[in-house]
Amino acid sequence: MKYLGLVWAGLWRKKVRTILTMLSVVVAFLLFGLLQGINLGMDHVFQSLNVDRLYVQSRISMSDGLPLSYLKQIRSVPGVRAVTHWSYFGGFYQNVQNNLPVFAIDASTQFAVYPKIKIPNDQVAAMRRTRTGAIVSAEIAARYGWKIGDKIPLQTSIWTMKDGSDTYPVDIVGIMDIAAYNAGSFPAFYINYEYLDEARAFGNGSVLYYIVSIDDPRRGSAISAAIDALFANSSNETTTQTEQVFAQSQIKQVGDINLIANSIVGAALFTLLFLTGNTMMQSVRERIPELAVLKTLGFSDRKVLALILLEAVFLCVFAGLIGLGLARMAFLMMGSLFGALSPPALVMETGLGIAILLAVVSGLPPAWRSTRINIVDALAGR
Amino acid sequence: MNPAIRLNNIVKTYIRGRQKVEVLHGLSLEIGQGEFISIMGPSGSGKTSLLNLIAGLDTPTSGELAVAGERIDKLSSARRAAWRARNIGFVFQFYNLLPVLSAGRNVEVPLLLTRLTAAQRRERVAAALQLVGLADRSEHKPGELSGGQQQRVAIARALVADPSIFVCDEPTGDLDRESAEGILQLLQMLNRDQGKTIIMVTHDPLAANHATRQIYLDKGLLVITAARAA
Repeated sequence: MKYLGLVWAGLWRKKVRTILTMLSVVVAFLLFGLLQGINLGMDHVFQSLNVDRLYVQSRISMSDGLPLSYLKQIRSVPGVRAVTHWSYFGGFYQNVQNNLPVFAIDASTQFAVYPKIKIPNDQVAAMRRTRTGAIVSAEIAARYGWKIGDKIPLQTSIWTMKDGSDTYPVDIVGIMDIAAYNAGSFPAFYINYEYLDEARAFGNGSVLYYIVSIDDPRRGSAISAAIDALFANSSNETTTQTEQVFAQSQIKQVGDINLIANSIVGAALFTLLFLTGNTMMQSVRERIPELAVLKTLGFSDRKVLALILLEAVFLCVFAGLIGLGLARMAFLMMGSLFGALSPPALVMETGLGIAILLAVVSGLPPAWRSTRINIVDALAGR
Repeated sequence: MNPAIRLNNIVKTYIRGRQKVEVLHGLSLEIGQGEFISIMGPSGSGKTSLLNLIAGLDTPTSGELAVAGERIDKLSSARRAAWRARNIGFVFQFYNLLPVLSAGRNVEVPLLLTRLTAAQRRERVAAALQLVGLADRSEHKPGELSGGQQQRVAIARALVADPSIFVCDEPTGDLDRESAEGILQLLQMLNRDQGKTIIMVTHDPLAANHATRQIYLDKGLLVITAARAA
């Protein structure tokens, strides 16, 4: 601790350079915190997803859809408790910027498969008897100021109607609370499947995928295999996965987020290694006479090496912690966007470890150089 | 007077590029404890090389060098560093203070190598600055002080760890006459009142007159040694 003042003074010898280097470290660790936080946060969400729900989709491509006629056959597989289906609507309100997560559902089975959706029974009943009925999440209702009884001109970017229109008038009959299902990504606007299927000009009799609730999660693989076997060698073969695997495969369609995140962070940290290494090297070069004075006064080579390394550790760890702290704050501020995601403690601990490693690797060459200083030559200005 | 420093047949050779340059040619010298020695001579005569050897900053190519009976030419680099911290106070021509530290912090640097507590270090620093007449300048950075004041801070740094030997390389070379006289009187006081052995390299005959013995070097050889009349 007694050397702290010496280390601190050395660090701030050139304030502007130190601040600029620190800013680079802050930005790199902010990036690290954000990207790794998203990565691990997503893993956490995937792990929290249900394993007693299976998703049945087309084996060729999810967008191909499956025949509605599969419903009965899937329901007949032993171990299946309930089956429902979703069809993506591609909805928006008034203009395409007001994108809405609209899915056409079967109201008679939807709430059996997703029992944690909070909605009064009479509103579910109203949905079942109202062909143009719609149920929206409380968050969407609040955003647009909608209430039960409102008629909404819902537009679609996919399903043109038989009369050429792309507007589906719907009546709001229910408002639900979907907080139990990761509100950030769960469908939050339901219309009746029958309404969509009767009105649309194409794709009739098909659904996007089936969601299957099973009795025993331990039998998930066997039931998945049984469902897929039902439709093997048909024109619409299926792939059945747990909700967890399904969600991961959906994300994979966007790209391998993990690989992208790790590549960006890796490149940033690699660049940082040279930047901080260069800063430290330059700092030592400029201070050769001062370091020679320290050695003259009795500081051993090891002590001088430790002082330079400590400077690098201060630079990287101090700035790294600021970057990680900012990443944490960013997650807190963007909580609504990321849903349950936040940078877990593991990211912070790993970040701190990387900051120390960065300091040692970038500080070691200049620190080693400082031990090679010849006192007599340095004091003589040679 | 007991010899504090004994040099016997010292040879020092430097390698500059592909050339070997011998700067001290078998020099022998004894310096008694509590002496104030000035070393004079033309540029290139080996004055600073001799001072560096006595201070343990460099090692002789051959010969024997003992300080207080200890063969410092036999010590490893790390042990010589520790020996310097205990025994030698340094005063340079251009002060060599650390520009980022305040005067007080500069004076404290040698004490960081001791086991003193922070409070004890503060006490010693205050006493050293008081002795050189800069008690009120402790918080000033070197850049905020005059040349004479900076050299006083350097002397405070040299004496704060209570070494027995002071090596001074042109301590007045960068100062005006008035400041130089103040610094020389300070060194005389340390020699007279505290019994410090002082070895001072200088080009200035007026500065050399403050010493109790004057040594002249030429081409790496001791040519004259003269004691000042009391």
